[in-house]
Amino acid sequence: MVDLSIRIGDVDLANPVMPASGAFSWEYADVIDLNRLGGLVAKTICKEPRNGNPTPRMAETEAGIIQSIGLPGKGVYYFLDNIVPEYKKFTPPFIASISAETADEFAEMCSILSVPEIDVLEVNISCPTRNATGGNFSLHEEHTAKVMRDIRAATDHPVWAKLSPNAGDIVSIAVAAEEAGADALVIANTFLSLKIRTDNFRPALGNKFGGLVSPALKPIVLRMVYQVAKEVTVPVIGIGGVTKAEDVVEYMLAGAHGVGIGYAGFRNPTALTAIIDDLQEWCEARGIERITDLIGAVRDDDMETDTLVAASAGV
Amino acid sequence: MQDFTASDKYTAAPVRLGEPDPYPDRVAGEFVCRVVSNDLVNESNRLLVLDAPERALRAKAGQFFHLLCPTPDGAEVWMRRPMSIYRIDRAGGRLEFLYKCEGRGTLGMSMLEPGGEFNIAGPLGIGFSLEPGWKNIVVLGRGVGLATLAPLSQLAVEHDVKIAAILSARTPELLMSRDFFAELGAEVMTVVDSDGSSAVENVEAILEGLIADGKADAFFTCGSNRLLMLMKRLGAAHGIPGQVAMEQLMCCALGACYICVRTFEVDGKRVLKRVCREGPVFDIQEAVGW
Repeated sequence: MVDLSIRIGDVDLANPVMPASGAFSWEYADVIDLNRLGGLVAKTICKEPRNGNPTPRMAETEAGIIQSIGLPGKGVYYFLDNIVPEYKKFTPPFIASISAETADEFAEMCSILSVPEIDVLEVNISCPTRNATGGNFSLHEEHTAKVMRDIRAATDHPVWAKLSPNAGDIVSIAVAAEEAGADALVIANTFLSLKIRTDNFRPALGNKFGGLVSPALKPIVLRMVYQVAKEVTVPVIGIGGVTKAEDVVEYMLAGAHGVGIGYAGFRNPTALTAIIDDLQEWCEARGIERITDLIGAVRDDDMETDTLVAASAGV
Repeated sequence: MQDFTASDKYTAAPVRLGEPDPYPDRVAGEFVCRVVSNDLVNESNRLLVLDAPERALRAKAGQFFHLLCPTPDGAEVWMRRPMSIYRIDRAGGRLEFLYKCEGRGTLGMSMLEPGGEFNIAGPLGIGFSLEPGWKNIVVLGRGVGLATLAPLSQLAVEHDVKIAAILSARTPELLMSRDFFAELGAEVMTVVDSDGSSAVENVEAILEGLIADGKADAFFTCGSNRLLMLMKRLGAAHGIPGQVAMEQLMCCALGACYICVRTFEVDGKRVLKRVCREGPVFDIQEAVGW
């Protein structure tokens, strides 16, 4: 029997497979057994109720879908009263995801949500359709450091910082988040994208820009996870293009402790549990007893990578 | 040696015909069905007949499945396509979908061949409901929207409810399901664009006639915004309840992603509802059209 369990800070997870925030809800229990997941990650909530963005909220492209939902929700108190109890019917650690427009509001929400029912606060400081001073703090080092310091001061709960792949240098952002007190880093949110319809010359999404969701993101985000994991000591969770067990393995080899899955759960509602089954089999077939043995186990010590690192870090 | 191949591009654990069901008690699932037939019924619409696992057959009238359509052009079809059920044949173990070949998803579907496999997720959403007091209902559908109303009519017959069906289409050749409704014993009226009979004023006159004859305890519609608006107006004027089946681009179809929202009017306030979860069947009086 393979030990699939991992530990992220003080939080124990039965396996490294989690849904990505926004691509999952307790309603997936209609189709799969949620108790099998490594963690349950709620959709990002804001303090006040929001309608979200105009439709269409999704468009298909040649290499994935772009979407712009706009963080619809009924606010933080509705979340505590009505949504948290839905997740607490299941056993895996419960991760609440938060967005706010200011550092003060982030801190306030973290304080409100520091309740025993919530195991982890994922701070979504990288919503792609928000700007650098209005929620997408992780585009810049100094904004990241400020918001993470304020959040850290507001809560003793484990805090996972979800970062943007749209920053110029995600390694510096990651280091800033770690230094300001993040307990783990979630890499990454979606890639800011645009589709223009050639039949009517209009942007395809109601909100114009959207985030790209696609298996095509995997090699790009994998590179980011690899670079960040080399520079930080806190655990990294990789999100981007995971559609099968080997992708989980790949992220872990690059240095991730766990993964988040979005698109695959849209395409195949049973994907998350299927990937956990496949991961178990993959390890058994190779005599791997503990999945944690894979973390950072990429064999690249004999390879020159300085050029790549320098180029992509903008040095 | 690289260990990736086309076949392991995605991981999935759907239930296959004849194989054990890992989640027999779940309300929805992911199923690999077998294609029985997939033939044109007229110039632009096809009927797909599938052999489906037992749990998929628990579908109710007005519910839908999320279909993993094959590619029509070699490029990936990234998202599933939601489609309402045309016929549920529990005794025969079959599900049927009546569809118009229009976009990439349905074009891909049109290439399914007998004996082939087709992955469907569902049944999903909230379907039609019949109140015990209703003895006569009016169904008004246009184009492929008629397909959605077909299982409702089956349900009505099972509950001894009489049906007046008004079928609308561009041309007489595109009037699908006339025989289907007639065989159910429905009073069938057809209107088409080609002779002008589908004009809203004419349909309104037909509906007013049915109301006057006491044949309209409830309204049901699908497939046309102007017919929806007509039924909403007449329903409000005469106090007749109604239900409309709506569609929208969908992603997860389980309520998680909030991509498939539409605007509705509830107690004078505009609210967004998820077509996949709060629908796809809605109260006509809450609908604001599209």
